[in-house]
Amino acid sequence: MLHYDLVVVGGGPAGMAAALQAHEEGIEKILILERADTLGGILEQCIHTGFGLHYFGEELSGPEYAGRFIEKVYNTDIDVKVDTMVLDISADNVVTAVNNFDGLLIIQAKAIVLAMGCRERPRGALSIAGSRAAGIMTAGTAQKYVNIDGYMPGKTVVILGSGDIGLIMARRMTLEGAKVKAVCELMPYSGGLTRNIVQCLEDFGIPLRLSCTVVETHGKERLEGVTVANVDEHLQPIPGTEEYIPCDTLMLSVGLIPENELSKNAGIALDPVTGGPVVDEYRETSHKGVFACGNVLQVHDLVDFVTEESQLAGVGAAKSIRGSKPDSDTVQTKGENGVRYVVPQKIHRDTDADVKLYFRVGRVFENVTLCVTCGDEVIFSRKKRKMTPGEMEYVTLKTDTLQKLPAGSTLTVHIKEA
Amino acid sequence: MMYDVVVIGAGVVGALTARELSALNIRVALLEKCNDVAMGTTKANSAIVHGGFDALNGTRKAKLNVRGTALMPSLCEQLSVPYRGNGSLVLAFSEKEMEHVQMLYERGVKNGVQKLSVIGKEDVLKLEPHVSDEVVGALLCESSGIVCPYELTIAAAEVAVRNGVEFLRNCEVTAIDTDADGVFTLSTTCGEIRASYVVNAAGIHSDDVARMIGDDSISLVARKGEYYLLDKSFGYLADHTIFQCPNEMGKGVLVTSTVDGNLLIGPSALDVEDKQDVDTTASGLAFVLEKAKKSVPSLNVRGAITSFAGMRAHPVTDDFIIDFSEKNDRFLNVAGIESPGLSAAPAIAEMAAQMLTEKADFAAKADCDLHREPPVRFRHMTKEQREALIAKNKAYGRIICRCETVTEGEILDAIHAPAGARDVDGVKRRTRAGMGRCQGGFCGSKVVEILSRELGVPMNEITKFGGGSKILFEKTK
Repeated sequence: MLHYDLVVVGGGPAGMAAALQAHEEGIEKILILERADTLGGILEQCIHTGFGLHYFGEELSGPEYAGRFIEKVYNTDIDVKVDTMVLDISADNVVTAVNNFDGLLIIQAKAIVLAMGCRERPRGALSIAGSRAAGIMTAGTAQKYVNIDGYMPGKTVVILGSGDIGLIMARRMTLEGAKVKAVCELMPYSGGLTRNIVQCLEDFGIPLRLSCTVVETHGKERLEGVTVANVDEHLQPIPGTEEYIPCDTLMLSVGLIPENELSKNAGIALDPVTGGPVVDEYRETSHKGVFACGNVLQVHDLVDFVTEESQLAGVGAAKSIRGSKPDSDTVQTKGENGVRYVVPQKIHRDTDADVKLYFRVGRVFENVTLCVTCGDEVIFSRKKRKMTPGEMEYVTLKTDTLQKLPAGSTLTVHIKEA
Repeated sequence: MMYDVVVIGAGVVGALTARELSALNIRVALLEKCNDVAMGTTKANSAIVHGGFDALNGTRKAKLNVRGTALMPSLCEQLSVPYRGNGSLVLAFSEKEMEHVQMLYERGVKNGVQKLSVIGKEDVLKLEPHVSDEVVGALLCESSGIVCPYELTIAAAEVAVRNGVEFLRNCEVTAIDTDADGVFTLSTTCGEIRASYVVNAAGIHSDDVARMIGDDSISLVARKGEYYLLDKSFGYLADHTIFQCPNEMGKGVLVTSTVDGNLLIGPSALDVEDKQDVDTTASGLAFVLEKAKKSVPSLNVRGAITSFAGMRAHPVTDDFIIDFSEKNDRFLNVAGIESPGLSAAPAIAEMAAQMLTEKADFAAKADCDLHREPPVRFRHMTKEQREALIAKNKAYGRIICRCETVTEGEILDAIHAPAGARDVDGVKRRTRAGMGRCQGGFCGSKVVEILSRELGVPMNEITKFGGGSKILFEKTK
């Protein structure tokens, strides 16, 4: 059996930031386990720019953003094993992993950071009727084919879902000479960042069809077309609005699901809304010594926030290893009136730093007041011009405010409309 | 090329028949028009090994169902494919339906079905707590089970090929001529093939194939059935295979566990013109869900990981056709194999091989092994087994499909096995890579890469399921 202070599962931006932060806090024996053949995670296939504006104050491509962290990791004595898949995490923090050079690895860890990222929602979950032809794939898979393998996965494309990966792929496919006929979005608003709608669709004249979905796929071997239809306020297709669009490829960008199979098997409590673990202000899960950060915890839209969150988990893991982490009772957080969820879900009353509450809204809000209350007391309140489900929001609560909260209380984040 | 027997169609019946024939001292070819075995009805059905109480007394369906179901557990053991004797229930929701259940019971007993009983509401709910409270009683059959139909077919084809049967894929028969001396010449998409005997196991196309020798006695209706497959986390909703009382179109919509622990619901039943039409429809899937909820009200499509449709070859005579053609007594029709065709398949193959052996006086091989070694299944292994396996072959240490924990070694085995995988879906059916929650989102491109490397062709020639189902176009700019 191997022994490490900290084992980090996943070597993407979350895992690297957590490991580097723990290293900076003085933790000595750190191991990163990564299933791909390099560190960097999904950023390696995100060759577009737009990364790092918040964290580095400059605009980088995905591989450049990852590259800065990869270099740092290799300049420390943090151990890295790539091409290595974690199979299991036990109740007493023993990690079982496998690769084709060490075979099975059994590792006892004092603390663990879960940073497995997320996966894309597949077609089956949507139950689109029609054929099972080739040419129906998630936008992320298409992105890998184009940017990593160097092959075109299609020539005429319809994209279902206006999540960021779909928007980015609309532009990428267009630049590679494909014709993107439409991006269809089930909801009356896009799930992507406004800047991506402008830069990836509007700049290339690609139509964004809101309240519209794919109801049928056609073609026996390779996809030949899709039928799209408008949907009503209950998101059901409206008969008579069907339109056939010939295309050889349907890309799906219909949601991301935190990759928590390991967490579930380990018995870690998950939040049904985020799909990620329930965590405290240092991102410690219900399982002592196990932390979670990045897209495995909540799906982010900006990697800069992933980095920030993961550094917090790195600090938490270091404190946990030293036994200096806040361990009083906790107050709960929750979202109401248009706020879908809040991370962290609980905060220690003896917490030793300011806490940012991250959340997403369930629909588009304009000219509203964002409030945080504890019982009848308003702790925070601010006017917001616009909030959309595609952009993660946060409010910062001061340490002394948090320390004054009554035992057993709940912090509620909600929206007041005029 | 001259063969003693050519089997047309590598579905479950064709493959099991080829396996039986591989024990004889003859030259056999197994022809398949698709890129893999199990590509027609075999690939998409309810995967049930029926007790045998549905078929009318005295029919071939009744006899072969009961015999096939009795053979199935040991056949699955010989072929190292999963079988589970989970039993089945036919639910009754009224006293009138209880009468029907009683009638099925009596029919079953006459058919020779074992372990059959009629039970009351309380016992039903004890066995299946998620069944609707509206249930009145049920027919319990403890001799039925579930199997994976394509794994069974793949394993049978592997054994047949290992024993010398030639497997010709992408080999569609387009015409059949007969010489003066009775020898058949089959025109196919891979050239001319000559044979002394032909087994027509062409499934939904067996009427077309029979017509090639002027035999128009087979009349089939293409009956489409649609299904939902739910995530393993919903498998707890049903342990037994749960039927409702049958109607004139078949056994109705069932809810069942699968051998992999998923939940399967379906099928709908719609007669269609186009035999190739296995598209799912919004109305068909809605029908399946509505009917299934009658049995298990808490079902929810949020658990769906995929939906699919299959084609049943319904014979207008309502019974299996297993006869030498009246036009040519060296041409054995094995046609109209609709439900309970999968259950009966071991008995049908046994019967077909016997008929040929008797007719042609074929001799058995002196030494022939019809077993298949269990394939490596990393996900089912203990720590010690895994360590030993990786020590022997490093490829078993590289996980390709994380949802189902499939290693590169298992994928290599699937590709290099006799009658092995040539496309992404073929790898999926053999290893389960891409069959989990993410449905190949993560491993799909890796499987394309491995197929490309192992088959020595560029990535953009790899298909999803043969033919024109290519995944990639040319290289990027």
